[in-house]
Amino acid sequence: MWQIAVRIYRFYRDGFRQMTVGRTLWLLVLLKLFILFAILRLFFFPDVLNRFPSEEERNDFVLEQLTTLPND
Amino acid sequence: MPMDADFLQMIDWSRAQFAMTAMYHWLFVPLTLGLGFLVAIMETIYYRTGDPFWRRTTRFWMRLFAVNFAIGVATGLILEFEFGTNWSNYSHFVGDIFGAPLAVEGIMAFFLEATFFAVMFFGWDRVSRRFHLASTWLVAIGASLSALWILVANAWMQYPVGMTFNPETARNEMTSFWEVLLSPVAINKFFHTVSSAYLLSAVFVIGVSAWFLLKGREERMARASIRIATIWGLVFALFTALTGDKSGAVIAEVQPMKLAAMEAHYEGGAKAPLVAFGVVKPEHLRQTPDDLFHFKVAIPGMLSAMSYRDVDAYVAGIDDLLYGNPQQGILSAAEKIERGKTAIETLAAFRAARKAGETMRADSLKALFNPDTEAGKSFLENYFAYFGYGYLSSPEQTVPNVPLLFYSFRIMVGWGMFLVLLMLIVWWQNRKGTLPRHRWLLWLMMLAVPITYVASQAGWVLAEVGRQPWVIQNLLPTSAAVSGIPSGSVVVTFFLFLLLFTGLLVAEVMILCKQIKIGPDKV
Repeated sequence: MWQIAVRIYRFYRDGFRQMTVGRTLWLLVLLKLFILFAILRLFFFPDVLNRFPSEEERNDFVLEQLTTLPND
Repeated sequence: MPMDADFLQMIDWSRAQFAMTAMYHWLFVPLTLGLGFLVAIMETIYYRTGDPFWRRTTRFWMRLFAVNFAIGVATGLILEFEFGTNWSNYSHFVGDIFGAPLAVEGIMAFFLEATFFAVMFFGWDRVSRRFHLASTWLVAIGASLSALWILVANAWMQYPVGMTFNPETARNEMTSFWEVLLSPVAINKFFHTVSSAYLLSAVFVIGVSAWFLLKGREERMARASIRIATIWGLVFALFTALTGDKSGAVIAEVQPMKLAAMEAHYEGGAKAPLVAFGVVKPEHLRQTPDDLFHFKVAIPGMLSAMSYRDVDAYVAGIDDLLYGNPQQGILSAAEKIERGKTAIETLAAFRAARKAGETMRADSLKALFNPDTEAGKSFLENYFAYFGYGYLSSPEQTVPNVPLLFYSFRIMVGWGMFLVLLMLIVWWQNRKGTLPRHRWLLWLMMLAVPITYVASQAGWVLAEVGRQPWVIQNLLPTSAAVSGIPSGSVVVTFFLFLLLFTGLLVAEVMILCKQIKIGPDKV
């Protein structure tokens, strides 16, 4: 079992090492994900529902949103 | 929810942001879906023949597949992220319904792709040829399985079934997984979407192959690739047309306003004509209600035949759906709005009773949402079914953008039909060996690539804009689904995402073009 895990690890390790174009691509992808999830999310997206500590409060907040008609 | 200027801006910018990120994602997905199978077919030929030519050919197209796959993965993640940030009310409201297909997609399909993708890409000469071939096929199948679950989720938005609404949790709860998975909208949407993606991949392969022929390079590889891609493309062009036709018939039943809008069909009637092509007049230029087109080419009875398989069938027009048609059993939008308001008020009364501790009143109101009681069944069918209408202030808000849908539909169908012809001509010229001589045809094959992408996007514009004003057909309008975040935030993130995604797209196109110029592995 352990030997299989080592073989799988080496398979991926050697594969990534041999990449040329792929390396650039994955760097781009990781960079983009970092910008989206680590930077933008922190500054621009408040946790709208998860700021409520309990499921009941979340449910009630959404119910309030759903039952408040436009111009109410 | 106050509909002040900031809120309206926030809705529009949130819609624009989701549309932009979804369209960017759809630039990469179709090629992944289709090219995966084309690569698998080529590798199967290599496996059976042992001819190194096919190994070289397979590895070339696999390289392009890998570039596209990597960028496509990143663009998809942002959409799931947006559900929570910009569409929190919607995310909560759809709850389990959306969560289940996306969870299955993540666990099953994505891991299938991701695991075997590594074997496919890293495993040449490191695993057996049989295992490598199996991995390539599993990546292709995994990609289409991912698409299935996403499309099931989207189909539920177009035709919400298999659920019941729980007023205590403000969530829709799935009552039948099979009803959601096997709804007619889900089945048709899946087959139509993937077959159009397979067609796009065929166009891509013949377009790139045409470039090689124009440059006088890799003629054998180009012609062999064209031979496979044209057959694949022809099969799926026809299948796309068939499934598209079936989709239209389903839309006639479950989204009649979408059908009427995409046909610019205002006045309902039997033997309804299909406008094959036309130029729609803006409303302010129409002299009479019938004066809809600057010109049109219409096929009598065709819309009735395509919608209901009966040339004498009545096809409801926009005016029927707006103002009602008692003879056809069509409620007016105004009546639906009143019923929707009743449903919302009932939900509000339940919430108030529960907060005030009025248990008996709360329980009796809650029972109205229970489909297993007579009162509940009646309330759900006659009032809750129009829940979303209660948010609208005028019947006209139920009409989506008619010219946008009219032209999107015709771009999609017109180009799709042209591709059937193109595949046939290219296949024939390639078989005769005369393709390299017809430079005009090679240029057309290359030009077909971006136009096919435009047609493919037009299909999604039709699907999603055609569903407006709804995010969930009849149950939740877009305006009620957004998170209450300042419009300024959404504007900033829209432009940041636009910059980021455009940068990624430019990078991908540059990398793809470079890989194409490099060509297959040196012999």
